[in-house]
Amino acid sequence: MINLVRNEMLKIVRKKRILIVAGIIAVLVALFTYSQYREIERRLERFGDVDWRTTLQQQIIDTQNRITSSGISDEWKSELQLRIQQQQYYLDNNVNPMEPGAPSFARVFAEHSINLFLPLMIMVVAADIVSSERSAGTVKLLLTRPVKRWRILMSKYITLILSVSTIVVLFGVLSYLISGLIFGYQGWAAPVITGFNVEGNELNTNAVQMIPQWQYLLMEFSLVWFVALIVGTITFMLSVLIRNTPAGMGVMLAALISGAILSNMVSSWEQAKYLFMINLNLTGYLSGQAPPIEGMTLGFSLVVLAVWGLAALIVSFAVFIRQDIY
Amino acid sequence: MSEITLSVKGLKKTIGKKEIIKGIDFDLKRGEVFGFLGPNGAGKTTTIRMLVGLIKPSAGTIEIGGYNVRKNFTKAMAQMGCIVENPELYSYLTGWENLEHFARMLPEVDRDYMNYVVELVRLDERIHDRVSTYSLGMRQRLGIAQALLGKPKVLILDEPTNGLDPMGIREMRNFIRYLAEEEGLTVLVSSHLLSEIQLMCDRVAIISKGSVIKVDYVENLLALQEKVIWHAEPRDTAKEILGGVTTVSDGADGALVTPYFENESAIWNRMLVEKGVQVNEMNRKLPALEDLFLELTGGETID
Repeated sequence: MINLVRNEMLKIVRKKRILIVAGIIAVLVALFTYSQYREIERRLERFGDVDWRTTLQQQIIDTQNRITSSGISDEWKSELQLRIQQQQYYLDNNVNPMEPGAPSFARVFAEHSINLFLPLMIMVVAADIVSSERSAGTVKLLLTRPVKRWRILMSKYITLILSVSTIVVLFGVLSYLISGLIFGYQGWAAPVITGFNVEGNELNTNAVQMIPQWQYLLMEFSLVWFVALIVGTITFMLSVLIRNTPAGMGVMLAALISGAILSNMVSSWEQAKYLFMINLNLTGYLSGQAPPIEGMTLGFSLVVLAVWGLAALIVSFAVFIRQDIY
Repeated sequence: MSEITLSVKGLKKTIGKKEIIKGIDFDLKRGEVFGFLGPNGAGKTTTIRMLVGLIKPSAGTIEIGGYNVRKNFTKAMAQMGCIVENPELYSYLTGWENLEHFARMLPEVDRDYMNYVVELVRLDERIHDRVSTYSLGMRQRLGIAQALLGKPKVLILDEPTNGLDPMGIREMRNFIRYLAEEEGLTVLVSSHLLSEIQLMCDRVAIISKGSVIKVDYVENLLALQEKVIWHAEPRDTAKEILGGVTTVSDGADGALVTPYFENESAIWNRMLVEKGVQVNEMNRKLPALEDLFLELTGGETID
């Protein structure tokens, strides 16, 4: 099995997929770092070098003004209200929600990437892991060797897990290293508040606790890794089912983008919470965002994703082992 | 020579309601080159894919080196090397990396043997170049090197000369003969080119519309068909005389065609001459498999 995995890793490395993904991540991190840097500069220009408390206070007032203005939907209004309550909590506890530094950047970047950007990157690696063998015809050699089919697919899946893990690690490391050039590398121990519970329009702060940022990052990246693994597994299944790599990518892309769009508009369609793409925003539970559909919890999303992943894996193996190769 | 290395019994494949392969039987022996001949769409490739385990047969058994392909897949595959259709290797890897890749899928392949195989297919100069820079002939040879890595008893080559230039075709032919005669391999070769099969194979199975029409030694098949072409004046008299002693049919350009039997033909000739028929031309024709094929399949076209 180790030899088979070595073969698959060789192919992934030689196709330079991980390198491409690393490149894209590096470019995007640089882009966001720069834009955030500009944002900070602008704020300095406007308000001068003020305390973060003043800025946060100002933000709360701004948001309150927006709520009172007319022409705002009820949904949006309640979300803004939640945000105010959260910011107020940070203020009351004297914790800066945006402690400057590379760890904070990595945390926020991961939070925003978990439901679309990172899955896309995973897709780049996973989409052709099986289908490329079929379209190139090499599957005929692969499957006529004295190795059982399930072992071959298993070696591919293990390779996928390794690649997904590599990408998640690269994602963290690159965003830390690159953003640190500008924001500095400090802030590992800065306190972060987690454990908000959203109940209706109310923010429940009973379970809230303050943890150091490194611990938060660890939790966050575990969730990111889990999402990446599930997205990778589903893409893997599509790669087995659909011979044509671009077609498989298209299906996955459609699913991911529809997830990103649906999350904002399905609050009244309750069954949608069983779709995997609605459940990708796991980090939202940590930071206390309102879930797309009321009543969704971290545990629920984890179970939904795990079920999807498991089903995808079963389908992949069942199909691959029986399939006639023409 | 009598050891049976590949045995196929009652092989069938049904897709939907259509029976594509309608019960195929044959046995291959050690050290022979066996031809699989049929027009495109006759079921050659489907049959070969069943032999190598890519397609599941609907009925029948396949044994390679005594191991059932369905029940004992890994052991059966360990006896076999193959190229199915084009030699599709990883074009972004070098030839050597491709060999290493496939060697890792086998129990034990040492480097010396890999070097030996590379030399055997004469790729030693280019083996460390990327496969995407190879010519079709080189890819074909690398494909064979790959197939030989596991020291197989049976080599299955689907259309091995497809896309090769005349030089490459001859090389491939000699190489296949060499593998069978010197290395004692059983080689199964499929082709839609009759001339190829005729030059390369010991035995041939003629397949058409999913069934094997005939399995025999190439010489036997050809002997069966040897003919004499007569050009004689006057034609009708000649036809009458020959018709009295053997079967006569009309050939092209007013020729008469009779079977060829040693000695007999000379006697027939004398009969004609004695009856005052002028024999302009008497031509013994070694027929190509082509004619045989047309005859056996009832005129099904072959390209």
